Amino acid sequence: MTALTRGSGRPNQWLRNLNAKIASIPMILTAVVIFLGGTIWTVVYSFTNSKLLPRLSFVGLDQYERLWAAPRWIISIQNLAVYGFFSLVFSLVIGFVLAALMDQKIRFENTFRTIMLYPFALSFIVTGLVWQWLLNPQFGIQSIVRSLGWTSFSFDPLYDADIVIYGILIAALWQGTGLVMCLMLAGLRGIDEDIWKAARVDGIPMWKTYVLIIIPMMRGVFITTLVIIASGIVKVYDLVVAQTSGGPGIASEVPAKYVYDYMFQAQNLGQGFAASTMMLITVAIIIVPWAYLEFGGGRKRG
Amino acid sequence: MKLRSLAGALAATVVLPFGLAQATDLEVTHWWTSGGEAAAVAELAKAFDATGNKWVDGAIAGSGGTARPIMISRITGGDPMGATQFNHGRQAEELVEAGLMRDLTDVATRENWKEIVKPASLLDSCTIEGKIYCAPVNIHSWQWLWLSNAAFKQAGVPVPKNWDEFVAAGPALEKAGIIPLAVGGQPWQAAGAFDVLMVAIAGKDVFEQVFAKKDEEVAAGPEIAKVFKAADDARRLSKGTNVQDWNQATNLVITGKAGGQIMGDWAQGEFQVAGQKAGVDYTCLPGLGVNEVISTGGDAFYFPLLEDEEKSKAQEVLASTLLNPKTQVAFNLKKGSLPVRGDVDLATANDCMKKGLEILAKGNVIQGTDQLLSADSQKQKEDLFSEFFANPSMTPEDAQKRFAEIIAAAD
Repeated sequence: MTALTRGSGRPNQWLRNLNAKIASIPMILTAVVIFLGGTIWTVVYSFTNSKLLPRLSFVGLDQYERLWAAPRWIISIQNLAVYGFFSLVFSLVIGFVLAALMDQKIRFENTFRTIMLYPFALSFIVTGLVWQWLLNPQFGIQSIVRSLGWTSFSFDPLYDADIVIYGILIAALWQGTGLVMCLMLAGLRGIDEDIWKAARVDGIPMWKTYVLIIIPMMRGVFITTLVIIASGIVKVYDLVVAQTSGGPGIASEVPAKYVYDYMFQAQNLGQGFAASTMMLITVAIIIVPWAYLEFGGGRKRG
Repeated sequence: MKLRSLAGALAATVVLPFGLAQATDLEVTHWWTSGGEAAAVAELAKAFDATGNKWVDGAIAGSGGTARPIMISRITGGDPMGATQFNHGRQAEELVEAGLMRDLTDVATRENWKEIVKPASLLDSCTIEGKIYCAPVNIHSWQWLWLSNAAFKQAGVPVPKNWDEFVAAGPALEKAGIIPLAVGGQPWQAAGAFDVLMVAIAGKDVFEQVFAKKDEEVAAGPEIAKVFKAADDARRLSKGTNVQDWNQATNLVITGKAGGQIMGDWAQGEFQVAGQKAGVDYTCLPGLGVNEVISTGGDAFYFPLLEDEEKSKAQEVLASTLLNPKTQVAFNLKKGSLPVRGDVDLATANDCMKKGLEILAKGNVIQGTDQLLSADSQKQKEDLFSEFFANPSMTPEDAQKRFAEIIAAAD
């Protein structure tokens, strides 16, 4: 079908929908100049020794060598990997389970939905501060449990370098799962009632229906959710700043914070650009092949 | 907001001199937001308002690390303020080189800053290619150990007189449920504490070889190894300080929950606001009681190049107000720092400030690390020491190796 309309070979193809094309020029310009232009500018300057102000004196790969020799950068990458993996798995699983429960035609569904979605309305900074207090051993969860009589109880993830990233993960999940739940719920509502009826007639247990029929049917929703969660993972910054500001020591540093600190605090733009270029490459390696398969190859599937 | 209304109230009480009826608003940005600092900056505002102009306060909370990027992006982004604080030294170096800052040489020659500013290194730090670009307002020294007399009394040990006695008193303090050494979580605090230990234990010469000459062999050598050994002690003693900001850490000392803190003399402003008296409620040991040397870094005001002539004139007035003897005394007494000119009367200075002035008079001074190292090297050092202080499994030997690498790469 697509091939047919495309291959009609009419010479004025560029002039079709002219109004729409003219209207989209500002957006195209924005995308090319700001996004693409900014990206190229950043990559070019990452090969220079720019300090406080950008200047074009090239030093080859020096900035990258220094970056990969910096323990703080290595820790940032490891943290991002741990945080990314768990937040992807947990927000999808928890979000889907909540949505499935919500889909059982329960009473007060609206109320529950609002409660679950509410954290998403808060900014990361607020979320971070709330959880900083909750996880603070002096007046948070630990002190409450201790005041109930269990005096040896210890729960202070934000002050333990080995598990601090999980403390941040808790806050991120608290904030993010509500949105995932809503997306999933919308997906579930989009499934035809007849499918359920057919499954019931065939005597397939409910969990099996979900796993084998419903989830494969919700492919589109899952992909949208995945993109939203993944982009949130790479740019995580404010949550860390609000909860731990990278501490204890450098145990909860993340790449975005490295970029900011070196660009502005250390007045070393070159180093910050090198780090942000690495972030871009990481994202590109993961996203580009996948996006190509998903969207670029779509025509063949259709 | 509170500060602004405070400055406003102060302005209202000042009688404007005649002649200068034309008031110009000048926005001044700085990161002085703790209790003692706010009181000190109100003195500057008062003095400037008395000249018939208006000090518009632009305080940015969250210490220099947060404030500097905001200031720099405002200057480079074309929305400069009237004047801004930096630590004099290398922080504003590139802004000056890019021609974004105002040359103050005229004001400086007219008022003879070369003669009055002591030590001369302060003005040298403001000078780039023979021109003066900043007005130093105070001398801040890092090399102090602040001790809570009450904490040592509670632990039943005498108040230490030097670092070794302090380390020895550690177990007794811990037994009494007191954190021996308060070190806040902000990275610059750990890095600063290390620099202080270096001057105290390895001495002035080694400090200069490492930070001024960037000699990596000395940085990797046995003298510095001793300093890392001491830093290891400090790390052990600081365990359990679960606070971030420096003034929260100082507050632990003020309330007797911690035995001591290695912090610059700006901590003194906090003791004063809390109504404590030097020598009675708290004790100060310059150079950790080992090596009485103080660094002469500090704060300075830089003036971005403005097009508005009225404002440029007001900038000149502000520059000369800042170095006025009266302003110097009023400001520095509140701030806990030392004045930049040797000819002012500090009869009202307390014990600790007098100790500082004595050391200054003897000439036992070094340059501050902000003057010697670029912001980039400072940041790398901060990363290293914040990791070192938080991670007990990092050995002093490993840390020293990385320290030597940073020094080798420093420019």
